[in-house]
Amino acid sequence: MSGTTGIASDEEDRTDALFHALADRTRRDIMRRVLAGEHSVSALAAKYDMSFAAVQKHVAVLEKAGLLTKRRQGREQLASGDVSAVRSVASMLAELEQVWRGRIARIDDLLSAEQADSEEDRSCP
Amino acid sequence: MPVTDVKTDVDARTLTITARFAAPVERVWQVYADPRQLEKIWGPPGFPATFVDHELRPGGRVTYYMTSPEGQKFPGMWFVDSVDEPREFTFRDVFADEDFNPIPEMPESRNVYSFTADGDGTVATYHGVYDSAEALQKVLEMGVVEGASAAINQIDDLLAAG
Repeated sequence: MSGTTGIASDEEDRTDALFHALADRTRRDIMRRVLAGEHSVSALAAKYDMSFAAVQKHVAVLEKAGLLTKRRQGREQLASGDVSAVRSVASMLAELEQVWRGRIARIDDLLSAEQADSEEDRSCP
Repeated sequence: MPVTDVKTDVDARTLTITARFAAPVERVWQVYADPRQLEKIWGPPGFPATFVDHELRPGGRVTYYMTSPEGQKFPGMWFVDSVDEPREFTFRDVFADEDFNPIPEMPESRNVYSFTADGDGTVATYHGVYDSAEALQKVLEMGVVEGASAAINQIDDLLAAG
């Protein structure tokens, strides 16, 4: 029983970290950039009107929440958005379902448009 | 809504969707047999698909790319395993580079698309099995980034409105 509570509170801790990480405008902006591609922390720092240390702190909060990962290359720290950390197989299957539903809806549109055309043809011989 | 059933199996990384279309089996088959029709339905809005090779026969290959609003191309490729026109075809969806060379060691998915007559309509069943969580993720690559950015924008909008 205590084990279940432990898992639940672990998940809540993760959710807290996630919401805390995204509760800041600068951190959301950093996320948009690193989701689009890898950025060095110094390149990120150059985008904001704040110190390198302040930007580094924001990156650390995002990293702790599992939203981005960092790797070292020489003297540079490179950050990239880690979408897998926040996406489970279940949520990916749900997303894929939306992709497939989109295709099915477009097939339905294509086929119904034809049917509407042929009905029009019949009414105006 | 044409979708009549959805089954997901998280442990087996499997998705099965059943839909009913108000057209005969032969007509639904044409959507897949004709690359120009397939292009109309494959890509989501803003991501048009272009089919390059289209060999819907056993051992054939189908290559395509989707183009993002920013002009980035996302190549995709099928190895067609079996074709039973107009009832069923099976293919492996693999990842390819921009010249459609399959990327080795990349996970793939196995797909079965089948079509059955149902009165004057067609019941279509789409079944996909993904090798690994990475395979799923790779398939969703653009959707994931799009979706994650959109989610973050929504948080922004919400806070701006509040």
